[in-house]
Parts: sequence; C-alpha cells; structure tokens
Amino acid sequence: MSIYGERSRTIVEIEALSKSYFRDSLEIPVLRNLNFSLPEGEFVALMGPSGSGKTTLLNLIAGIDRPTKGKVKVAGTDLAQLSEGELAKWRARHIGFIFQFYNLIPVLTAYENVELPLLLTSLSKSERKEHVETALGIVGLSDRMHHYPRQLSGGQEQRVAIARAIATDPTLILADEPTGDLDKKSAEEILELLSRLNSEFKKTIVVVTHDPRAAEKAHTKKHLDKGELS
Amino acid sequence: MKILKLAIKNAGRHKLRTGLTIVGLAVAVMAFGLIRTVIDAWYAGAEASAPDRLVSRNAVNIIFPLPLSYKEQILKVPGVEKVSYAHWFGAYYTDPKQFFANFAVDHHTYFDLFPEVIVDSQTLANFRSQRNAAVVGQILADRFGWKPGDQVRLIGTIYPGDWDLVIAGIYHGRDKTTDESALMLRWDYLDETLRATVPVRAGYVGWYISKISSPAEAVRISAAIDSMFKNSLAETLTQTEKQFQLSFIAMSGTIITALRIISYLIIGILLLVLTNTMGMSARERISEYAVMKTLGFKPFHLVQLIADESLFISLSGGILGILLTFPMASGFGEAMKYYFPVFETKPQDLLVAGIFALCVGILASMFPILKATRVSIVDGLRSIG
Ligand SMILES: Nc1ncnc2c1ncn2[C@@H]1O[C@H](COP(=O)(O)OP(=O)(O)O)[C@@H](O)[C@H]1O
Ligand SMILES: [Mg+2]
Repeated sequence: MSIYGERSRTIVEIEALSKSYFRDSLEIPVLRNLNFSLPEGEFVALMGPSGSGKTTLLNLIAGIDRPTKGKVKVAGTDLAQLSEGELAKWRARHIGFIFQFYNLIPVLTAYENVELPLLLTSLSKSERKEHVETALGIVGLSDRMHHYPRQLSGGQEQRVAIARAIATDPTLILADEPTGDLDKKSAEEILELLSRLNSEFKKTIVVVTHDPRAAEKAHTKKHLDKGELS
Repeated sequence: MKILKLAIKNAGRHKLRTGLTIVGLAVAVMAFGLIRTVIDAWYAGAEASAPDRLVSRNAVNIIFPLPLSYKEQILKVPGVEKVSYAHWFGAYYTDPKQFFANFAVDHHTYFDLFPEVIVDSQTLANFRSQRNAAVVGQILADRFGWKPGDQVRLIGTIYPGDWDLVIAGIYHGRDKTTDESALMLRWDYLDETLRATVPVRAGYVGWYISKISSPAEAVRISAAIDSMFKNSLAETLTQTEKQFQLSFIAMSGTIITALRIISYLIIGILLLVLTNTMGMSARERISEYAVMKTLGFKPFHLVQLIADESLFISLSGGILGILLTFPMASGFGEAMKYYFPVFETKPQDLLVAGIFALCVGILASMFPILKATRVSIVDGLRSIG
C-alpha cells in the first residue's frame, strides 16, 4: 500500500523476477522469484549483505540488464518489449542513475557532465543551460560549475552526479550505494539531498545502501538476502 | 557541447601519448610523401616526354646501335616530319662517381626536335661551327662551374680516352619538368674519332628520334618504321618517347618496387601506432562508455565519439606530416638535384597521404568501437577499478 493513497500510480512493478548469471554452463542464481511494486513518490532503501544482488536488481529496474525470468514493468512499460535502442531511449527519458563511484567523465567540467544526458533531448542550447544551472543549483554547486571532477571533493563529485541524474527530470532515481565511498559528513549531505529530492520534488527514489542512517531517511526499507526480498 | 568536443577532449587526455602518436603519424606521412616524390622524380622524364615524338632503337637491346643510314629511310615514312639521332656517350668529369647524362647528338637537327630545350642562337651557332663543342644544361653548368667558352675534359668509359670539349653554351628548360642536367656533344666528333681509332664502331647511332605529324598516328608510324627494317641486320623497335623513357625506368624497377613497398609498409606502421593508441584509450574508457550507455547514448554515439577521436589524431598527424613534407622535399631535392633533375612533391601524393591518414584513422577506431559497443553496460560498469 502506498502512503499517498489511491491516486498515486505504480512506478515499478516486478513479478516473478529471477536473475542468474552463467559461468560457462554453471548457473549462479542471484535473484529468485521476486515480487514487488513501488508507487510514485516512494523513497525506498534497499539493504542487504554484499553480493546479495542489490546492484543486479537496480540494474534490472534501470533497464541496463535483462532478467532471466519474470517481468519488470517500469513507468508503465514492460521492459522486455523494448529493443536495445528503444531501451536506451527509454532510460534517457525515465531513469536517473547514481553510481557509488560517481562515474563522472573526467575530461568534462561539472557543467558539461550534467549537460551530457541533455544532449540526447531536443532541448536547445539555452534550454539545456537552464536545466544544467537549475540542477547544479539544487545540489548546491552553482559556484563549481566549471570545475573538473579532479578539482572537486568526493562529496561534490557525487552531487554533480546527482545533478546529472536529475537534469532530465526522470521518472525514477536509482542510486547504488551513493555514500559508500564518502566520509560521514559528505554522506550526510548526499542523503539529505536525496531526501529533499523526494520530499520537495516528489521524485521516486530507490537507494541501495548499507548505511542505517540512509535507511532512516527512507519511507520503506527492503532487505535482500539469499535472492529473496523482505 | 557536442560529441566532437568530447572526442577532442578525450584525445587531449594523455597529452604525451597523443602528442607522440601525432608526431609519429606526421613523420610517417612525411616519409610516405618523400618516397612518393622520389618515385615521381624517377618518372619525371617520362612525364615530360612529348606525345608527338617517337624513338626507334635496336629491337634486341638498347645497348646495340643502329646504322646511320636508317635516318634517310625513316624520313621517307609518311607522317614523319623530322628525324634526329643521339648516342649514349657515358663519360665523366674528374670523378666517376659524379654521374651526369651525356650523349652525342646530331648537331644539325637535334635541338629542332626538342622545343622544350631552349638554346639561344649564339650557343647554337657555336655548337654547329665547332667540332668538339658541347651544350650543357644550367644545373650541370652550375654544378661544375662551367661557362661558355670553357675547355672541359671528359673521361670516356664506353669510348675510353680523354675527350676535350668546349662549352658552346648553356641550355635552359622551357618547363619545370625539363631536365637541365645533361650534356650534348656532337655525334660527328665522336664518329670521326672512332673512325680513326676503332673503325668498326663508327657509323652507328644509339637511337633515332622522329617528330611525327600527330600523336594519333604514333601506332601506325611506329609499325611502318619497324616493318621497314624487318629482317635486316638491325631490326628496330619504335616506341613513343614516353614508352622509351619508361623502359629505362624499368631497369631500376626493383628499386622502385622496393620503395613502393616501403611506402605502403609505412602506412601499415602508421595504422599499428594509431591502433595501439586508440586501443589503450578504449580499454581505459570502457566504464565511461558504459556510463554513457546508461544515460541513454546509443552505439552510434560511441562510434562517433571514438571515430572522431581517432580521426582527430590521424588528421592532425596527417596535416602536420604534409606540412613537413614541403621543407623536407625541398631540402632533399636540393641535395639530390644532380641525380633527380625534377624533384617536386605532387599534390596528388599529398592527397594520397591525406587519404591514407583518413583511412588509418577510421581503421584504427574499428577495434575500440567493436569493443565499446559490444561490452554490455553491466560488464562495462564492473570494469571500474
Ligand atoms: N556480470 C556478472 N557475472 C557473473 N556474476 C555476477 C555478475 N554480476 C554480479 N554477479 C554476481 O551476482 C551476485 C550479486 O552481485 P551484486 O548484484 O553486485 O551484489 P550487491 O550489489 O548486492 O553487492 C554476486 O555474487 C556477484 O558475484
Ligand atoms: Mg552492489
């Protein structure tokens, strides 16, 4: 049940989802028959021991990996129906992904990194500028716009990565251990920021984390263990 | 910001590596251009030949002569307007290693057949009035410091002995492609000397040159000349001047072939150098490509990104190399001017070098493109350190 009641729509619908990796002919099951749904505006913390399949699940929701069995429906689209090209377009429209190691392009400035996903839209240069400046404003880095990643701290890099994830105004924000590589204070800021994105901008967010503080900020906690969700 | 901008920024990521690659490509392109220029220089004589001149030589081998009596007979062939003849003299001046072309020519007619060889009337008058006169090209005169009126002693190799000549004057080339490094002495001077010393060798010429009414008649006239001497003691082989020149070049064919092969090997090395650089870059950036794919970039975007970077490097190297070819070729040409009368880099060679650089740029990006587009996002992301 959603805390937002009946009017909110379901953003993520997962049915009988299984994912195995194959080493030669050996099947390594990672996710087993998962079922879960996520209403719009949710803020979920996905927890679980290392190697439990959290990244795998996030990748499946993001449409960057394909399930072995079962259905992943995100933002009203059954991802299995999409070709690779359609999936890429779909991701650009609906998914904002935040990585543990920020994964900024080192030769691009903060501004250019945030602009990168906007190049795939039909926005004009000046519209892109508006989006980039807004996004960097939200993460509090308006004064670091023309810095390169190596000129930024880890926390600032992650904030740029968040700006990149929200610049296109995606339906769903997925963050894979966004504070895993940060000191306590920076981690705090990032979590605060994600929380604000959820409360102020009504963004639906799934954040993978080991951090109990992160879990506290979320509305819902999900545990993944031995391929099963609880 | 566009993909191209990111590509160029990527190229600048390892400045030393990219810089060395560009310099390497530039040197390779320059070497290619230079070798091509050398090959062109070899063919310059053939390129400069006139289409309305035929050359008749001994059908067995160019080193066998033809009787002087053929001249009148060739003149009778319809379509032949003028006939002259020449004979390879093969002498040297003081140092046998300092090669230059020298031949004995018919002083009455020779220059009439070669309008591109400009001889002033004074020179011509001197040449015709003095038995041991010689006309020399400007470059040759400069090389040995010869001036009109100088006494010059050549040392014969084919016709041993000292040959004392007087410089009648200096000729100039009408065209840039005209050889200005030859010496012409009088055939009758050679013949007279032979008559007195080795009479069996007298009365022969090396080859006949015929001016014909129209280049279109070349085939017919050649056949007519050759059939006239069929079954005689010295059968002729008549060719256009160009074919004749090419048959000389064919003698150094192996060297030219070797040079050609080297020029292509250079392109091959160029490809390896750039492929290596691009391969290293692609390996390092696999996770970045995965991030871009996560953001929604498609394979063709990555193709563009990688190809642009590769082309940026290859074209930078190519352009630098082409720019370097000019000073190199002119320096080389200056040093070799006595051996290669015409040494000029042709625009076509540079165009070819440029096209090769372009192809190398495209080819070198193939492997990284395949890698970048084939690796799945998940695997690409996992390759993060
Ligand atoms: N591409 C892959 N090939 C093979 N095994 C994989 C691959 N990705 C993940 N795994 C395995 O799947 C399991 C879950 O991985 P992951 O989703 O990254 O876990 P988590 O993010 O919870 O730490 C691990 O045992 C991991 O080794
Ligand atoms: Mg993980």
